[in-house]
Amino acid sequence: MKNLIREFVKGITIENPTFALVLGLCPTLAVSSSVGNAIGMGVSATFVLLGSNIIISLIRKLIPDQIRIPCFIVVIATFVTIVEMLLKAYFPALNASLGIYVPLIVVNCIVLGRAEAFACKNRVLPSIADALGMGVGFTIALTIIATIREALGEGEILDFKLIHGFDPAAVFILAPGALLTLGLLIAAVNWWHIRKKDNKEIKKLSCHEGVCDGCK
Amino acid sequence: MENRLIVSPSPHAHIDDSVAKIMWAVSLALLPAGAAGVYFFGLKALWIIILGIVSAVATEIILQKLSKSKITVSDGSAFLTGLLLAYNLPPGVPFWVPIVGSFFAIFIGKFVFGGLGKNIFNPALAGRAFLMASWPSLMTTFVKPFGYKYDAITSATPLAALKEGKVMEHISNLNLFFGNRPGCIGEVCVLALLAGAVFLLIKGYISWHIPFSFIGTVGFFTCVFGAKGLFNGDWLFHILSGGLILGAFYMATDYVTSPLTRKGQIIFGIGCGLITGVIRLWGGYPEGVCYAILIMNAATPLIDRYVRPRIYGTK
Repeated sequence: MKNLIREFVKGITIENPTFALVLGLCPTLAVSSSVGNAIGMGVSATFVLLGSNIIISLIRKLIPDQIRIPCFIVVIATFVTIVEMLLKAYFPALNASLGIYVPLIVVNCIVLGRAEAFACKNRVLPSIADALGMGVGFTIALTIIATIREALGEGEILDFKLIHGFDPAAVFILAPGALLTLGLLIAAVNWWHIRKKDNKEIKKLSCHEGVCDGCK
Repeated sequence: MENRLIVSPSPHAHIDDSVAKIMWAVSLALLPAGAAGVYFFGLKALWIIILGIVSAVATEIILQKLSKSKITVSDGSAFLTGLLLAYNLPPGVPFWVPIVGSFFAIFIGKFVFGGLGKNIFNPALAGRAFLMASWPSLMTTFVKPFGYKYDAITSATPLAALKEGKVMEHISNLNLFFGNRPGCIGEVCVLALLAGAVFLLIKGYISWHIPFSFIGTVGFFTCVFGAKGLFNGDWLFHILSGGLILGAFYMATDYVTSPLTRKGQIIFGIGCGLITGVIRLWGGYPEGVCYAILIMNAATPLIDRYVRPRIYGTK
């Protein structure tokens, strides 16, 4: 049980797909312009991740090593098709605003990455924990980015106006704003990680006999 | 500690120049253009310039304090960034615009890359590009010179009018030269900008390679393609209008973000000129100097790589 919790938590913290592994950047940058889209994309990707991890870990002994990537893709594409149909049937507005990025979940590197790195080597239960952890981590990351971008770029979050008389900076809704926000957030997360680790260890790693000014 | 010893090949001639000295000299050279901007657009322009400078310097001090690094505002680079950013703003912008722009220029344009000497893009232009993408309507609303005497009359810049297919009849090339035209605070008075540029060229703080190849290319390009048929364009109008003189002499020549060798600098200048010409004549924006310099800033490492001088004695 402890093991399962560890697999789940690592996807949110130390192996967060967006902030630590820096995977799946295409949907991260593209759909994080509004909180609604971000949550929709996060949940869809989590569903695909869960389904593909379960199936692949179940059939991992049957898949020949040489053609494992095509096998993974077939499984992933199946779940993406299910998600797409569900979205079209029940959330047509969300489907319209996510657009091409729903079918593109097929090539989301988080999904393929977890299949390759985890599901095809582990049993079903750890794979489920891994998929949920990665999915939740991805959703949280997307939501954080989208909150910042929507607040600064539109002056509102989920149609709730934040400050009146604030002239929003349109750049945060555009592509440069996505890259800026993500870059600064990754920097903040790295800074936090470094601070948490033992200071001496860091110094040992980055210091070459006092050449830099870091030790003073 | 032994590594502090600086070993360099002879001759060990000493030049009395430092980063600070050059930065303050460039700021000094920009003074007449600012004075002209204040003359044409009123005291509000002066406030924008002061706010731009103060917020740039304050941002640098705060960031260096927070990161516990050495405070280096006295080298004048933050001052110059704030000054150049303010010169690139229309005189009618609200007072928070130079503050936000300077903050972005220093923080994202310079500090996140590691400070002065490590930035890829010209910080002032990065700040301007950010403002342009964020508040396009504020950044493209210009006022008439001396309009402050009545009640800030908005007007298109000569280049914006040209983009819409009109020609501003009352603005002659002479007016463009002396600065009696709508435009950004520091770009209007070509005469003052050229006076400062001559000072910098004589002192040897900038070389002629980038500005002359930049301006020459814009002139040639707009002459060839500027009107119906080849070689019919009004090249003098294109050289005198917009921010070309300010950009070519003061921003494209930034030491950090332009190539090191003479050959590289000429390539850089021609590239800037071509992109400016393409944006002005066929692009979506009326003015392209800012984006041209930023794009060529990004190409600078590549240029430096391909024009690397042969080391003496090697093949």
